[in-house]
Amino acid sequence: MLIIPEMAENAVLPVRVHLFARYAELLGASQVTVRVSAGGTVADVVDGVRALPGGARLPERMLVACGVDQVRYDHPVRADDELAFLPPMSGG
Amino acid sequence: MRHLTSEPILLDPLIQAVLSPSRGGVATFLGTVRDHHAGRTVVELGYEAYGPMAEAECSRIVAEAESRWPVRVAVQHRVGKLVIGDTAVAIAAAGAHRGEAFEACRYVIEELKRRVPIWKRERYSDGSEAWVDPTAPGGTVPAMTRAAE
Repeated sequence: MLIIPEMAENAVLPVRVHLFARYAELLGASQVTVRVSAGGTVADVVDGVRALPGGARLPERMLVACGVDQVRYDHPVRADDELAFLPPMSGG
Repeated sequence: MRHLTSEPILLDPLIQAVLSPSRGGVATFLGTVRDHHAGRTVVELGYEAYGPMAEAECSRIVAEAESRWPVRVAVQHRVGKLVIGDTAVAIAAAGAHRGEAFEACRYVIEELKRRVPIWKRERYSDGSEAWVDPTAPGGTVPAMTRAAE
């Protein structure tokens, strides 16, 4: 029987999260990696980052991108996904 | 043409990119760095962007404008450190007539400000710095660190 580790029930995926502007200041990093269970969602990643030192000051509801697309908190995350937490935008 | 640039923005190349013999109306918009914000004197500012998504979002906005109106649109936004009077954003929209050119130009700047992941950090005459945040009371949130030199 073939066992694909990523598909195992208890597999844990590392998810890279890019942080910008004030959010990067709060965490003291422009990039963090958190581990979520297979089948996890963006909400799980947000919880993971908010549990890091400084992370509790992040808003509970943030704009989140997966790759170059905004996604909702119920969006499933996959191995190798790169998420980004986006503060309120102020370009222009 | 990439939408984000760390070099000074020139309007003429954007106009040239959208001109054609069939388009007789060209509307342009420049956003330049203002010397005040919410009663404070701004001396310089910096723009940080999530580059890949900002490029993609600008392309999507241009495509939307070009599908809603019979126009061609070019847009560029500056990143990095800027001083008072520098051009932060430039848009050129060209159509057969002025109506669609003005409307498309307006659409692009409004959507850019709402959707493109770019963040403005201001430095004031008293040396303090803040992130501009349209959702925050007073429109800014104090910065926690000094900007990288």
